[in-house]
Amino acid sequence: MPACRRSGRFRFGFLMVLFTAMALLAPIAVQAAEDLESLVAELGAAPLPKKDEVVQRMIATGAPEVVTILEALVERDLYTRKSDEKVVIGRKASGGLMLLDPVTGEELGVVGSRDVSRVTTNNSLRSSVKASMGALTLMSPDPQRRLEAADGLLKSSDQTMLPLLEQALAKEQDAAVLNALQLAEASIKLQSESAEVRLSGVQALSDRTDPESRVMLSRLLLKDGDVWREPDENVRGAAEETLASMESRLRMWRTVEHLYQGISLGSVLLLAAMGLAITFGVMGVINMAHGEMVMLGAYTTFVIQEGFRSAAPELFGWSLAVALPAAFLVSALVGVAMERGCIRFLYGRPLETLLATWGISLILQQTVRSIFGPTNREVGSPEWMQGAMESVAGITLTYNRLYIILFSFCVLCAVLLVLKKTAFGLQMRAVTQNREMARAMGIPTGRVDAMTFGLGSGIAGIAGVALSQIDNVSPNLGQAYIVDSFMVVVFGGVGNLWGAFAGAMSLGVVNKLLEPWAGAVLGKILVLVAIILFIQKRPRGLFALRGRAVES
Amino acid sequence: MSLLQRLTAPQPQAPGKGRLASVILLTILAAIAILVPLLNLTQAPGSALHVPTYLVSLLGKYLCFAMLALSIDLIWGFCGILSLGHGAFFALGGYAMGMYLMRQIGDRGVYGNAELPDFMVFLNWKELPWYWYGFDLFPFAMVMALFVPGLLAFVFGWLAFRSRVSGVYLSIITQAMTYALMLAFFRNDMGFGGNNGLTDFKDLLGFDLQADTTRAALLAATCIALGGCYLLCRAIVASKLGRLIAAIRDDEPRVRFLGYRVENFKLFVFVLSAMIAGLAGALYVPQVGIINPGEFAPANSIEAVIWVAIGGRGTLYGAIAGGVLVNYAKTVLTGLIPEIWLFALGAMFIAVTLFFPKGLVGSLPGAIDWLKAKAGARSAATPTRPLAKEAGE
Repeated sequence: MPACRRSGRFRFGFLMVLFTAMALLAPIAVQAAEDLESLVAELGAAPLPKKDEVVQRMIATGAPEVVTILEALVERDLYTRKSDEKVVIGRKASGGLMLLDPVTGEELGVVGSRDVSRVTTNNSLRSSVKASMGALTLMSPDPQRRLEAADGLLKSSDQTMLPLLEQALAKEQDAAVLNALQLAEASIKLQSESAEVRLSGVQALSDRTDPESRVMLSRLLLKDGDVWREPDENVRGAAEETLASMESRLRMWRTVEHLYQGISLGSVLLLAAMGLAITFGVMGVINMAHGEMVMLGAYTTFVIQEGFRSAAPELFGWSLAVALPAAFLVSALVGVAMERGCIRFLYGRPLETLLATWGISLILQQTVRSIFGPTNREVGSPEWMQGAMESVAGITLTYNRLYIILFSFCVLCAVLLVLKKTAFGLQMRAVTQNREMARAMGIPTGRVDAMTFGLGSGIAGIAGVALSQIDNVSPNLGQAYIVDSFMVVVFGGVGNLWGAFAGAMSLGVVNKLLEPWAGAVLGKILVLVAIILFIQKRPRGLFALRGRAVES
Repeated sequence: MSLLQRLTAPQPQAPGKGRLASVILLTILAAIAILVPLLNLTQAPGSALHVPTYLVSLLGKYLCFAMLALSIDLIWGFCGILSLGHGAFFALGGYAMGMYLMRQIGDRGVYGNAELPDFMVFLNWKELPWYWYGFDLFPFAMVMALFVPGLLAFVFGWLAFRSRVSGVYLSIITQAMTYALMLAFFRNDMGFGGNNGLTDFKDLLGFDLQADTTRAALLAATCIALGGCYLLCRAIVASKLGRLIAAIRDDEPRVRFLGYRVENFKLFVFVLSAMIAGLAGALYVPQVGIINPGEFAPANSIEAVIWVAIGGRGTLYGAIAGGVLVNYAKTVLTGLIPEIWLFALGAMFIAVTLFFPKGLVGSLPGAIDWLKAKAGARSAATPTRPLAKEAGE
């Protein structure tokens, strides 16, 4: 699991930092240890009712060794050595007890159980020590323990813990623990008797946006009947202000998240629509089977992955790299076959082409359904595509969408290169602009048509590979995207990749920005209606081609 | 001349031919309207002449589809506008009828609420939405079944034709229109029953929908409506207006340069066509007993276009024949081998566009001529070259 590996590496780095810090703090630790030693001795000697107080003083030293000592106390492993009245920790070993120095941890040799007497405890002392341990673990070297301690403090909101908490805050290096500690600190401060401290608690929350701190603040603004929960007006004002700024920051972050989702939807649409834009531009025909080319690409991925699973599971991470060219080839071949076998006979009759390609799409769909069955097929993701990036305010950006965004930009660049830098691209652009003139200049328009159709379909196949990573692979996969990709092409203008790009991105982003406000379905309806209205204004799309051919 | 060439060659439309076809069509419709109910109601179920009730409803359904095909032929065959969203008008008409039928259920629903349909009770709605007012009156519902599709077509067409959106662009945005409507009607809070649509109808104008007599009467009504719409369309395409519309199809800029307001003519045909589709939908719903958002699916609209293409576009009667025949084929094929239907439909799309652009009706005379010519050539060649005959067979 990559997530674990990542956090493991992180933990290691943290430990390094901690050790460095400990090395720097060593002289102070020596000072504390001397104190601790006398306290430990006192703990051994003190009568039972006094022990609790001694424990509290030990905790107040903040020394990390206290945890071990108190744990030993709770486990009834703390003894007094009869020979010199030294308080020691005894662990069961062969031949009696292995004694350890409580402060240094040094081994003091094995003795029989008669040579030591147990430090007396009772249930009430043990439970009070256990409670205090929660705070002590704030100093534990294990970040996980510290995190638990901080969460415990957040729940108990024990005022007496505040000084210790501040100590811990000053030392803390781990971001997650720091976060929890700050939250706990603010929570304790907010429940303080003094209005000033409460105000500082509100201010401590001002940089945060997490739900817990928002709940804490909004609790201050509640009324019990006619009485404010928070008596002080200044504190209430500050809380209100802080809450408002939190909300606005949160809104900004949510917008960022929606933008990300919008761009990722846009890049999916771009992948699906790019091929459509090319064929529509060059040949003036709508390929209704375009969605099925996407579906073929997705199923090619499925087949290739099945092959990898059975033949070489250890190379599974490479399956997508093999699937990409394979999907391109499969879809491109089907596309060329379609063009040569059917569409070229319908040249000049765009509406009939539309119907014929629809017929082809039905046949392809049913073929796939007959071969692979009507249910969803599972396509796996390689490890490096799984997981998500989490940022502040609970926003998650998943890696697979990030890769799809990058991938679609790569495909866009590659297609642009083909169009601008190759002889085939030049011919294609010539045919797009003026078919008759291109033919007169000796460009084999028939072959260009076939190649264009192959290229457009191949890109659709590649889109299928990408889609297989985020959507269900079923025979209806293409149908789900076809109307949207038409909208992209119609909106952006035909025969123009930048048009397709602008169309896809604006459609994706607008869709996702509308979603929280209007709901997913209504948002989509609004986008469709907007496009239908937009077409009235610009019947040839956002980036209309200029030239004689388009006027006809 | 090869068969293909002969089939695709332009056929000069003889003035008498349309009339003959009209007479045949209307005779068949009249025969169905009278004979089928008669054989269903008077003959005992065991009798050889008995027409089972399911067949009556099935026939009624086919005729509704034929009416939808007729409306598409009017706009596509005569005006050259390929609408891939006619299913939307059909479904809207169906919903208007469905709303009337829902209101007729009254307190016989599962929840027994006299005022609200079941799905509204289920959604915890307290009162009827305003747009449901009046649908308890049959005449109002029928007017709405025509008016709502007409209004949508008017607004859509007014916007589209005025800015000269045409060709594939128009086809695509009509598809987007029906897709958007489908998504909208799937929403529960639209107040049209969401995913499940409107169903569980009880009676129409006080007659039980399950009764044989009601079903027979609905079939007869469908025949009459189809015949009426056919005559209306025939009258329009035969008039001067019809010539103008055909001229727009053949060369729109030229008609515009001659001084006609092309968009107004197109709008007129589009709205009329939408209203016929709406009427078809309204007749369809009581016969199948349900209307749901699936009717808005773009695939349905495209399928309806192929009925016209197969029957023969620009003939009106061809569209009606196509609507009935393709749906009959669908019933038979999905009953026999369910998987094969989509293959067959796809093949039909390809075959009809590649080989029979004029459809069955349009290709028939050409095929007959070709057979005649072949037979003539054979009889002429037979005495001297007997081998040719064997080869010919």
